[in-house]
Amino acid sequence: MSESDKKNPNRRDFIVTATTAAGAVGVGAAVWPLIDQMNPDASVKALASTEVDISGLQPGQSITVLWRGKPVFIKRRTQEEIDSARAVDLKDLKHPEKDEDRAKNPEWLVMLGVCTHLGCVPLTDKGDYNAWFCPCHGSHYDTSGRIRKGPAPTNLEVPKYVFIDSKTIKIG
Amino acid sequence: MSDHDYQPDSKLGKWFNDRLPLLTLSNHLQQYPTPKNLNYWWTFGGILTFCLITQIVTGVILGMHYIAHADLAFESVEHIMRNVNYGWLIRYVHANGASMFFLAVYIHIFRALYYGSYKSPREVIWIIGMIIYFLMMATAFMGYVLPWGQMSFWGATVITNLFSAIPFIGESVVNWLWGGYAVDNPTLTRFFSLHYLLPFLILGLVMLHIWALHVPGNNNPIGIEIKKPSNDTVPFHPYIVVKDAFALLLFLIIFAFFVFYSPNILGHADNYIEANPMVTPAHIVPEWYLLPFYAILRSVPDKLLGVIAMFASIFVLVILPWLDTSKVRSAIFRPIYKQFYWFLVADVIILGYMGAMPAEGTYLLIARVATAYYFIHFLLILPILGKKEKTLEVPLSITEPVIGGSPNEAMAKFKKEI
Repeated sequence: MSESDKKNPNRRDFIVTATTAAGAVGVGAAVWPLIDQMNPDASVKALASTEVDISGLQPGQSITVLWRGKPVFIKRRTQEEIDSARAVDLKDLKHPEKDEDRAKNPEWLVMLGVCTHLGCVPLTDKGDYNAWFCPCHGSHYDTSGRIRKGPAPTNLEVPKYVFIDSKTIKIG
Repeated sequence: MSDHDYQPDSKLGKWFNDRLPLLTLSNHLQQYPTPKNLNYWWTFGGILTFCLITQIVTGVILGMHYIAHADLAFESVEHIMRNVNYGWLIRYVHANGASMFFLAVYIHIFRALYYGSYKSPREVIWIIGMIIYFLMMATAFMGYVLPWGQMSFWGATVITNLFSAIPFIGESVVNWLWGGYAVDNPTLTRFFSLHYLLPFLILGLVMLHIWALHVPGNNNPIGIEIKKPSNDTVPFHPYIVVKDAFALLLFLIIFAFFVFYSPNILGHADNYIEANPMVTPAHIVPEWYLLPFYAILRSVPDKLLGVIAMFASIFVLVILPWLDTSKVRSAIFRPIYKQFYWFLVADVIILGYMGAMPAEGTYLLIARVATAYYFIHFLLILPILGKKEKTLEVPLSITEPVIGGSPNEAMAKFKKEI
C-alpha cells in the first residue's frame, strides 16, 4: 500500500481492518476455554472449609491439618511465646504486622504451613526464633509466624477461620 | 551442491522421487560435505538424536502401564518395576536416559562454547538449540513429577512456586498451573499430558536445528569457513557416520553401566517415599542437571530477583552470539579466551555442587561468588575480550597447517594483503 493510500483509506481497507478485528476477538473467545480449563475446577473449590477439634491441645503443642490440599498449623502458644511475639518492634520486621492482628485470640495461632518463599512446609519449634524454620531455603519465622530472616518475602499467611465453640475451629 | 541433480537408480525410486524427493534428501545426507578435521566432540549431535529417540520409545511404552492419578501413580510405577515384563529395564533406561541426555547436551553446548560454533552465520542454529535445551529442562522436570514420590511432589511445589514471584498476578498464575490451591491430582494429570507432548516438539525443533545446520555446514575445530566440497571436506557417509557410530558405542557403555550397575545413583532415595503434602523432606534437591540454576536461584536473597537471575542465566546464553564480539571462532586461536573458558567450566561445576549443598554459611557465600562470576563472564568478559584480545594467526584452510603453506595461491596472496 502506498503512502497516498494510507492517507485516503478506501472501503477495502475498512473491510480488512474490520475482518482482522473480528477475527482477533473470535480467536480470543475460542482460546479462552482452552486456558480457563486449567483453573481450579468446581470440585476443588467445593472443598472450601474444614472443621478441626482442638480440645486435646496443651499450651506449647501444635497440630497440622490439611485444608485445600495445604497444611495449616494450629498452635496453642505459651504465655512466654505470646510475650516474645508481642514485644517485637514493628520496625525490625520485613513484613510489619502486629501479633494482635495475626492472632485475635492470643493463645491460638492459626496459619498456613506453607513457606511464602517457594511453598515448603516449615518445621515447628526450630530455627533462630525457636518457632518455625523452612529447611528448603533457610527462612526463619518468629512465634507469630512472621518472617525474620531468609529469602521468604512475607509472613506465613493467616487463613480465614472462626471459633465455632471453645473446642472447634472452622478454617475457610 | 550437486544433490539437486540426483537421480535414483531404480525406476520405482525415480517414480517416487519425482513425486516426493525423499531420496534426494537421503542422498544429500550421504554426500553432505563435512570438515575432515571434526574431532570426537562433534559426535554428540548424533548421540543426542539417539537419546531423544530412546526417551520417546521407552516413554511411550511406560505410558502404556503408568496411571496418571495422585492415588495410583506411585503404585503404578512400582507395578512397572515389579510386574510388567522388563518394566524395570524400560523404566531404568528412561530415568537414566534423561541423565545421559543432559550429560550429552552439556558436552554438546560446551563444545559449541569452546569452538565458537554459535557465531555468525550459525546464530539461528544456536538459538534453536537453546530452545531445545529449555524444553528439555521443562520435560525432564515434569517427568520427574510423574512417579509422585516425595521429591516429585516437593520439587513440583518449589518450581511451580517460582511463578508466584511475578508481581500482582503471581498467585493466580500458580493456582492456574496447579488447577487448585496446592500441587495435587489436577497438577499431575496435566504434567503427564505435557510430558508426553514436549518430546515431539523437541523432535520438530531438532529437525529445524539440523536443517539450519545444513545451510552454512558444520563449524570445525579450527573454526574457519571452508570451501565445500573441497580438499578440506569428506562426505558424511561413511566417514562421519562411522565415527558417530563408534562414539555412540562408547557412550552406550557408560549408559549401560548406570542402567545395570547403579540405576538409582543419579536419583534421590526420598522419591521412593510416596508424596505427602504434610511433610517436606529435610533437604530438597533437584536432579543433578538442574543444580547450577538452582544454586543461582538460591544465592539471591530476594524471591523475585532470585527467579529473574535464574531465567537470566539461561537468557544470556541465548544472546551469546552478540555478547561475544570476537571474530575468531575457535578457542585454539584465542589464548586468553581459552583460559576464561575453563574458568567458566569450573564455575558451572562449582555452582552445581553448591546447588546440592544446604544454602547456608560458606556454601552460600561460594554460590554467590560463582553466580556473580557466571554473569561477569558473559556480560563483561566476553564483550571486552573480543575487542582487546590478541588472537593467534588463523590458517586459511584445514590442510594448510598440515602440508605447510596454503593449497590455494590466490588465497595466500589475499592473506598477505591483509
